[in-house]
Amino acid sequence: MSDDSRADDQSPDVTRRRFLTALVSASGAAVAGVMAVPLVTSLYPTAAAQALATTTIDLTPIEPGMQMVALWQEKPIVVVNRTKEMLATLDEVEKKGILRDPDCNVPQQPPYCKNKYRSRVPEWFVGIKICNHLCCIPHYRPKKGSVAPWWLGGFHCPCHGSMYDLSARVIKGSPAPHNMAIAEYDIDLHKMQVVVTKMYPKAHLC
Amino acid sequence: MSGFAKWFAKRSPLPEMWREHMAEYYAPKNFNIFYYAGSLLLLMLVFQFVSGFLILVHYVPTAGGAYDSVFGIMYDVDYGWLIQYAHVDGVSLIFLLLYMHMARGMLYGSYRAPRELVWVIGYIIYLAFMAEAFFGYILPYSNLSYWAGTVITSLFKSIPWIGGWVTTLVRGGTGISGDTLGRFMALHVALVFLVIVALVVIHILYLHKVGSNNPDGIEIKENKGPDGHPIDGIPFHPYYSVKDLFGFGVWLFIFAAIIFYNPTFFHIFLERTMSTPANALKSLPDVTPPWYLSPFYAMLRSIPNKNGGIILMCVAVLFPFILPWLDRNPVKSTRFRLVTRIMLLVFFANFIMLAYLGEQPPLPQFFLPERLGAAIYVGFFVLLPFVSKMEPTRTPPKRVHYHAH
Repeated sequence: MSDDSRADDQSPDVTRRRFLTALVSASGAAVAGVMAVPLVTSLYPTAAAQALATTTIDLTPIEPGMQMVALWQEKPIVVVNRTKEMLATLDEVEKKGILRDPDCNVPQQPPYCKNKYRSRVPEWFVGIKICNHLCCIPHYRPKKGSVAPWWLGGFHCPCHGSMYDLSARVIKGSPAPHNMAIAEYDIDLHKMQVVVTKMYPKAHLC
Repeated sequence: MSGFAKWFAKRSPLPEMWREHMAEYYAPKNFNIFYYAGSLLLLMLVFQFVSGFLILVHYVPTAGGAYDSVFGIMYDVDYGWLIQYAHVDGVSLIFLLLYMHMARGMLYGSYRAPRELVWVIGYIIYLAFMAEAFFGYILPYSNLSYWAGTVITSLFKSIPWIGGWVTTLVRGGTGISGDTLGRFMALHVALVFLVIVALVVIHILYLHKVGSNNPDGIEIKENKGPDGHPIDGIPFHPYYSVKDLFGFGVWLFIFAAIIFYNPTFFHIFLERTMSTPANALKSLPDVTPPWYLSPFYAMLRSIPNKNGGIILMCVAVLFPFILPWLDRNPVKSTRFRLVTRIMLLVFFANFIMLAYLGEQPPLPQFFLPERLGAAIYVGFFVLLPFVSKMEPTRTPPKRVHYHAH
């Protein structure tokens, strides 16, 4: 029955069959591809998940020298109310030459935070409290001499000992390669609130 | 064969399985439109699995979260509405195909020897689909889900002695609750689904052992050509594989038309009462089952006695199991048995009428037609042994009735 025409490999029936098979396969693959699009798209973050993407933090309860940690997109945001003495340590630490990236050349922060304060407003530090070594949450250690005799204040990670200054800039000798990441945010000093909006795309968390 | 093909054939059972079940499985050449239902059911099973999986990604199986998670899929998940409608409409279309598939079996005697077990396994699959549909129905935890769940699970209470215990076990409590959702989700997603898939594989293997029947009810294996193959048979691959692929295309067109242009199908596939959340203090003004369970419901409520109605419904659901042994005519297909064919067509029309009646409110004007319908349904099975033995029967031809097109 179907085997007769095998004798001549280019007979019209065989070429017809090949053409039809190729046509059906190609259109079948196209249809399957089109059908796959909504199926895969349905796995994207939902509108509800995207609505949880911004966090508003009230600054009024944060006293000078205090930190506040708030949840944003399942990550800890640290807000520090830095005193004048704390801001002065930022220059001291630079003079000591112990910072790996004092000028913030690696883009771990939005452009408006590319300064020694790594913030929009010097007094209010807003950053993502994740050590960029292996993603632990570093401790806030503002007290001079607490972590080490030369310690001027900053963050110290309990997991593998990475150290950062009070602008979360990484100190040499830490296993962490970069300064801690800073998310994009807005600050309103009249309303005394910070709204953390989205991740800065070029920053690496950990 | 290429080098790789030889290497593979030495190590894998797949090439010989391909030959046995596709390339050298000779099926009758006179299949008609009814014969698309089997492969379409396989296609729908794949669709239900894929759409169900993607729904499960977002579903929350708790009393507080279930309803919102389902409507979250409709509104918040990208293309969630498409996946949800595909899954819900898929259920009704599966039952439509199942009824077509069973009707074909009854019309052409596909349940007769040596295919009795194919029929029995297939009927178990039908019951498994009913269970699967029921468990899935409860999961959105709408008010319809809640009350349908309450009513159906209270059927178990009528089992003598252990009824109450069984009902509590099924519900996970005294009433439908979040605990019920947890176990129904486990049943729907894992247990009953796997049972269906396994039974479908077994169903096809049992069929392939004895060979397919055909509308003329003639055994094509009794008439083999010089090459050892049935003269009236054609290899499944490429003839029916390609034909079924075409059938997939037509079917997907219909499926898409329903999903995109009439996803509730006039509120038959997806009832209006699915769109309010569960309320234990407010049962529904209309109590109607989904259309595919409606005939059995109509029979249940036609008996004004609680246990009587349940027994009738169970008998009605289970009677078709013994169909192969009720039919005593030497000829299989009703193409040659006019009396049985007429009885069968009356049976089908009656089934449809019962489905319609089951959706109506429980008013006295419907009691008589419902009782008549139940009598006709049961009557078909009771009469068949006698009618099949006595009816005038034409002799089937030696070759199948087939026109090339």
